[in-house]
Amino acid sequence: MRLRRVRAIALKESLQIVRDPRSLMIALLIPLMQMFMLGYGVSLDIKRIPLCAYDREGSQQSQALLKRFASSQYFSVQQVARNYAEITRAIDDGSCRLAVVVPEGFTKGLNDAGAGAVQVLIDGTDSNTANLAADYAHAVVSGYSSDVQLETVQRKGGTIQTLAPVDVQARVWFNEDLVSRDFIVPGIVALVMAIVGAQLTSLTIAREWERGTMELLVSTPIRPMELMLGKLLPYFVIGMVDAAFCLALAVFWFEVPFRGTLATLVFTTMLFLTVVLCIGYYVSVSIRSQVGASQIALILTMLPTTLLSGFAFPIDQMPPVVQGVTFLVSGRYYVTILKAIFLKGAPLAELAVPILWLTAYAAVMVLLAARAFRKTLD
Amino acid sequence: MWRRIAELLIKEFRQLKRDRSARFRLLVPPLIQMVLFGYAATFEVFNVSTAVLDQDRTQESRALIDRFVRSSRFQVTRVVRDRRELGDAVEHSDAQLGLVVPPGFAALLRNGQTSPVQILVDGTNSNTALIALGYVGEISGAFGQEYALDLAQRTGRALGRPLVNVVVQERYWYNPNLNSRWFFVPGVIGTLTLVTIVNLTAFAIVREREIGTLEQILVTPIRPFEFIIGKTLPFFLIGLLQVSLIAGVGMLWFDVPFKGDPLVLLLGTCLFLTSVLAIGLLISTLCTTQQQAFASNFFVLNPMFILSGFSFPISSMPDVLQWLTYLDPLRFFLVIIRGTYIKGVGIDVLWPQMLALAALSIALLGLAVLRFRKSLD
Repeated sequence: MRLRRVRAIALKESLQIVRDPRSLMIALLIPLMQMFMLGYGVSLDIKRIPLCAYDREGSQQSQALLKRFASSQYFSVQQVARNYAEITRAIDDGSCRLAVVVPEGFTKGLNDAGAGAVQVLIDGTDSNTANLAADYAHAVVSGYSSDVQLETVQRKGGTIQTLAPVDVQARVWFNEDLVSRDFIVPGIVALVMAIVGAQLTSLTIAREWERGTMELLVSTPIRPMELMLGKLLPYFVIGMVDAAFCLALAVFWFEVPFRGTLATLVFTTMLFLTVVLCIGYYVSVSIRSQVGASQIALILTMLPTTLLSGFAFPIDQMPPVVQGVTFLVSGRYYVTILKAIFLKGAPLAELAVPILWLTAYAAVMVLLAARAFRKTLD
Repeated sequence: MWRRIAELLIKEFRQLKRDRSARFRLLVPPLIQMVLFGYAATFEVFNVSTAVLDQDRTQESRALIDRFVRSSRFQVTRVVRDRRELGDAVEHSDAQLGLVVPPGFAALLRNGQTSPVQILVDGTNSNTALIALGYVGEISGAFGQEYALDLAQRTGRALGRPLVNVVVQERYWYNPNLNSRWFFVPGVIGTLTLVTIVNLTAFAIVREREIGTLEQILVTPIRPFEFIIGKTLPFFLIGLLQVSLIAGVGMLWFDVPFKGDPLVLLLGTCLFLTSVLAIGLLISTLCTTQQQAFASNFFVLNPMFILSGFSFPISSMPDVLQWLTYLDPLRFFLVIIRGTYIKGVGIDVLWPQMLALAALSIALLGLAVLRFRKSLD
């Protein structure tokens, strides 16, 4: 291994990058755009769920109950229906996600039997939103219920007798306000890095093949390992700049709490970048057309990192076989590490297991990539 | 005219037939994606790992914990002895949720007073945490209510008549079991079609330009309009084929029911494919090399995917992004495909989306044809 040769290749590759400002701009702009798009577009916080109210009774009590829905930040009353057909219509065309129906005889039931039922019809198409909407509806109604209870008891001058004696006091750690952005944005950094990193290198060797410069390259004394290092170094620098952009945006723009140490972050980011750059390089060596290489690189990085890294979809909820597959996804380790660094402030020692896996992964990928290149022309 | 278009069609299909790697990229990734999405994309919450600390050690505290043990939503993985151990379990992700029944829990209950239960939850995944907390509320609420009723009957301390209680009777329409697969599988069909068709169209034309065969075609008597039709029609057919293939997998493998009218879906698919083809065509007029085409595709496709409401609700986005979603054909197509699949609604409900898709198609196609003619000069 000669450093001089590595340097020569690195220099050549850098010149090539600098002289193609359009591609360089794309390499630097795509991550920024992605961070903004995903950072703002990806939100699982459910607020202002469009609601359709149908008051079949029209009494003071039923209005009081519906008013609670209207004043809740989780619902926004879009429509007041006058019959069931209107409700069906509103949910069918998606203008309302749920309908609250106060039946006739609601007040009478409350006065006579002490029991009333409110019908809540929920559009189950988006199961996640439906689930949360049902929870919020329960909360609104039970709030109403206990206030009415309190009133009754006080009117009678009795001591308080509660029908909901178990009080859940929840404390949330690491993401105290349960803001989905804080949990998604660190994962987005991993996603953007995976896509951009593999894209950057996926064209390098394929381009030499397509442009016919491969023959020149093969006729030089360069060794495969040297070629790889020389080719990867400039992209490593660009990748680290991209990563710095993304991480800075996450912390300063999206204001995701950063509780860990910078050194851990930089170290693990370098590891992950090595992995994705090597994936791109490996693909580029194996597939000799630029389009094919970049498409395969995209499929190999974007899809697994989106779905199997735990970036948005919890791994422990997947079927066991798919959980097993996630161990093969490098993004899984990096996402775990990022979330721990950002939200938990975990020190290096605590992250030993994912870091070890990521290191092993990087080592294997470097070896694979280095061995993939053969100095032959067939 | 038709003969010239037919000749071009034959050429395109022959080219595709001979390109093994392109055929591979057309078939295999969509199927893998479909299977992955079907299995991996879920927001459902089961078996939340739970650490339990029972400081009360009474019949009541055991009864409450037993409800958590029996629930499919929670899985008690650790029984700890003190709060430090509980904190450690959550810290090290051995448990996502910690349940503490404090001393005096039963005593307060027996007095008819409110009695606290403490929950410690790892909020790293805010969505899971939120849903898990909802289940905690449900389980402990049900326990408390039954206990209080029982107590009132046993001690006769109930007031003259039962206290007022309002309950929610909820019904989930269209997807009664809230199976998130039903939500994702139709979405995947739209997304995959978008990605494949835009890529194919943009690359097909840019490649002809890059290799120089575009000029060869242009010296033949074919007219620009015929060229566009001959070039895009194969992809239109491929798109239809792909939709049927993925839809078949979704229905037969993942058991997602199809409740609506296939003809309505077909109409929506045709409109969607037209707009998507126009986008690919438009990109091809802006690029001279395949590398540029790839970068541009990425630039366009990714926002379209995020803004479509595929997995992240549009109503939760900031207003500016919400306006942008109206320019996204995928947004409308997802409403159509989910509407026909899961809701089983027809054209009487989906006409605004159809109209929007048609308008987008016309605008995009017009723009593409204009630009395309110009780029030929």
